[in-house]
Order: sequence, then C-alpha cells, then structure tokens
Amino acid sequence: MDSLSVDHLVGIKDLTRNDIELIFKTADSFKEVINRPIKKVPSLRDVTIANLFFENSTRTRLSFELAEKRLSADVVNFSAASSSVKKGETLVDTVNNILSMKVDMVVIRHPNPGAAKFLSERVEANVVNAGDGTHEHPTQALLDSYSIRERLGSVKGKKVVIVGDILHSRVALSNIYALQKQGAEVMVCGPTTLIPKYIHELDVKVEHNLERALQWCDVANMLRIQLERQDIKYFPSLREYSMQYGLTKEILDGLNKEIVVMHPGPINRGVEITSDVADSDQAIILDQVENGVAVRMAVIYLLAAKIKRQ
Amino acid sequence: MEKQVILNTKHFELTINRLCYQLIETHNDFSNTVLIGLQPKGIHVLTRIKARLEEILGEEVVCGNLDITFYRDDFRRRDIPLIPSATNIDFVIENKSVVLMDDVLFTGRTIRSGLDALLAYGRPAKVELLSFIDRRFKRDLPIQADYVGKTVDTLISERVSVEWEEIEGEDKVVLFTPDTNG
Repeated sequence: MDSLSVDHLVGIKDLTRNDIELIFKTADSFKEVINRPIKKVPSLRDVTIANLFFENSTRTRLSFELAEKRLSADVVNFSAASSSVKKGETLVDTVNNILSMKVDMVVIRHPNPGAAKFLSERVEANVVNAGDGTHEHPTQALLDSYSIRERLGSVKGKKVVIVGDILHSRVALSNIYALQKQGAEVMVCGPTTLIPKYIHELDVKVEHNLERALQWCDVANMLRIQLERQDIKYFPSLREYSMQYGLTKEILDGLNKEIVVMHPGPINRGVEITSDVADSDQAIILDQVENGVAVRMAVIYLLAAKIKRQ
Repeated sequence: MEKQVILNTKHFELTINRLCYQLIETHNDFSNTVLIGLQPKGIHVLTRIKARLEEILGEEVVCGNLDITFYRDDFRRRDIPLIPSATNIDFVIENKSVVLMDDVLFTGRTIRSGLDALLAYGRPAKVELLSFIDRRFKRDLPIQADYVGKTVDTLISERVSVEWEEIEGEDKVVLFTPDTNG
C-alpha cells in the first residue's frame, strides 16, 4: 500500500480507500513542511510540471503552483485565454507540443467533462485533474475530507451534507465518492432543479429542506451557485435561493448541536452563506485552503514516483 | 544468512555510556546543544543517549526527530515512493551546536540528506555526527562521524542490524553474512 494504485489522478472514482489513506498520511508530513521557516523540500528537483488551465481559477491554480514549487519542481503555466487554442489547435496537439519540451506531469483544468481522462489515455505524462467541467475535482474532495479528518478525527461514520448546486458541481461528485469510500454518510440538499436526476444511483440521501438537512449532519459543505454553467433559469432569483438555502447564523444557532461548516470557494457572501457564518469558528474554510497545498503536494509527490526514468 | 553477534547486551550498554561521556566532554552542560535523531532508526539511538545523559547530568537535554525522506537523492530511482516519518523539531537551531544521530553509518547518503533537511530549520553554529555503528570502506561521500560506538569492517553484501530492547527484545548488534556456495 506504499504506492498509489493509479498513474493519473483523473477522479476519486478510480482511487481505493488505501490510496486516500496514503495521500492523507503523506499530506500530514507536507503540512508540517509548509509550516516550517523554510517551506520547501528538494524532492522533485528533476521534475517539470505544466499547469494547463483552460478555465478560470484562482485558488486551485495558486494552490497547485505553490505545491509544485514547494516540492522544488519546475513549473510552466499555460492559460487558454492567451494561447494557440484560440487559433484552432486541438487539446492533444497542445499538450503534446508542451510535452515535447520535456514536461513530466500535467495538471489540467478544462470546461469539458472527461478532458483529463481523455488526455491521460493519449499522452506520455502523468495527468492530474484540476477540475473537468461538471465531472470531478478530485484534489478538492481530498482536501475537504482531509480537513474533516483534521477537525473531527476521522471521516468514517460522519454525516456530511452537500448543499447547493449539485447538478453543476464537480466538487459535489468527487466529494460523494471520497466520503463514501471512507465510510461517511452523504446527503445532498438543494432545490429540485439543481439535484441531478440520477442522484439515487450514488446511494446518497436527498433533502430539500435546509434546516432538516443541517439537523441530520455533522458537517455542511456549502456550494456556490454556478451561474456560469447555468444555461436556463433553475430558480426564480438569487434572493429566493438565498432565503431557502442560504446558511445564516440564526439557523446555525437554532440547531441543538455544533456542526462544521465548509465551503470550497469562491464564496458568494450573502447568497449561500452569510459573512458571520463564513467568519465564525465553526467554519473551516481557510483551513481547507491551507490543507489544499499539503494535499496537492502529497498527490504530486506520490504520482512523481511513477514517472519513468530513461 | 549467517548471523553473528558483534556487540552483546553488556558491551552495548558500555558503548552508550562511553558515547554519553564523550558528548559531555565536548558539550559540557548542553546549554547550547541540541540532539537530533534521524528517522527512523536514529530515534532509538537518540532516546537511549538522551535518557542516559539526563541521568548523568540531572538536567533535561533538548532533543528532536528529523525526517529526511524529502531530501533523499534516490527518489524516483526506487520502484515505490518513499513514505515519510514525522519530524518533530519545536526549537530553533540557529547558532546552536547540533549533534545528529543515526544507528549505522554506511554510504553517508542519509547523513548528506540529514544535513540538507537540517538547514530548513536555520543555520546551526556547528553540526556533529554520532553513529552507533560505523561501517567503513563503503562511503560514497566524504562524511565521517565525530562519535562512533563501534567501527566494523564489512563486505558490501553483508548487513549490520542494531537491535533494541524496546523493539526486538534485546540490545545487540548483529552482522548478517550471506551464505557462500561451496
């Protein structure tokens, strides 16, 4: 179990429970590293990583870049906005051109579901999925579980509710897989229009009332409404969504227990979560961001061991 | 595998004692010295020396554990990734005398990684090396120990194992020699 069972991190679906445990154990060590006076280790001195972002991102991109740099890897960044993709080049051609400059690993974010898998089958490099459309966002789910484990001791047996735009959320799908593999119970909560039609196949509970969902759970993961992916109106207005599904201090205080509040960012304050909740002690939103670097270092470190030497 | 005890329980204790007095000769009351064990095996050396030193001095000696996994030079030359142990250094090593400790000094590569790993915690005034066993004749790097428990001359094919009462049940050092055919 001292090695990952996969060569690419395309989705949580492909990982075993042992893989997740191994990533967390390695991340523990990296968390210690990033809290040292010198936050850098020389492990990946001879590795070059390309970050290919075909879609906007602040947190994930920064987090990956920091993780790579703290492992001493060489990093090249690429964003679709300023590239030849606009001139009509295909994904595989773009990536192969980058790889011929001797790049060992590719971190890709792409608006199309399956882009990471497609790439992993066609190029000679280890691929890390940093979000592919509405499909998966594996490192986010790993850091979410890691943060739950850090706050509550373990993930096993915990009840986690994911609230919001489940239909358009890759974070939700990856989280469902990750939490279930670790033995947690998962519920999704949101308006009927934002719950996918085939959600029952994933063996998760569905609830449309926020207060009932919160009463059930130990952890609430509040998602953003992904307006950029919504081609039609799924609810009357943001204000109405916020009235029904926004997490406020009053609702939290009304529960007869203390729950952990998470958010993968970016936060829309006043929509899915109010400022006083986001800034409260129950929220571990900034811990999630810190853990993101450690978890991504662990993923890259473990995958780098799979790079074949000439 | 032929097995031969090269340091028995009695001599084991004598050796630990001698190393402690040698350390005291150089470092007096340890007010500006910290001891750091290299994970994983060096920790046992550290624990034993620390306990004996504190017994002799009647004062606490500052100690820490250092993991060198991320600083090794053989990452990706192995089939499986190296899995780290915990580092536990909750003090500043700036301007301190540091004594690194490990159980067996062989190629010197572990110590080289240890020196790199140490520098992430500051700039020590001086770094020394204590090795419980020194296997001569197979050094890949120009590294020597300042304090040596026992020097052994071995073939590369042989293996030296330091065993501890708390782990293996008995304090001893064993030399394993592979069987020669005919």
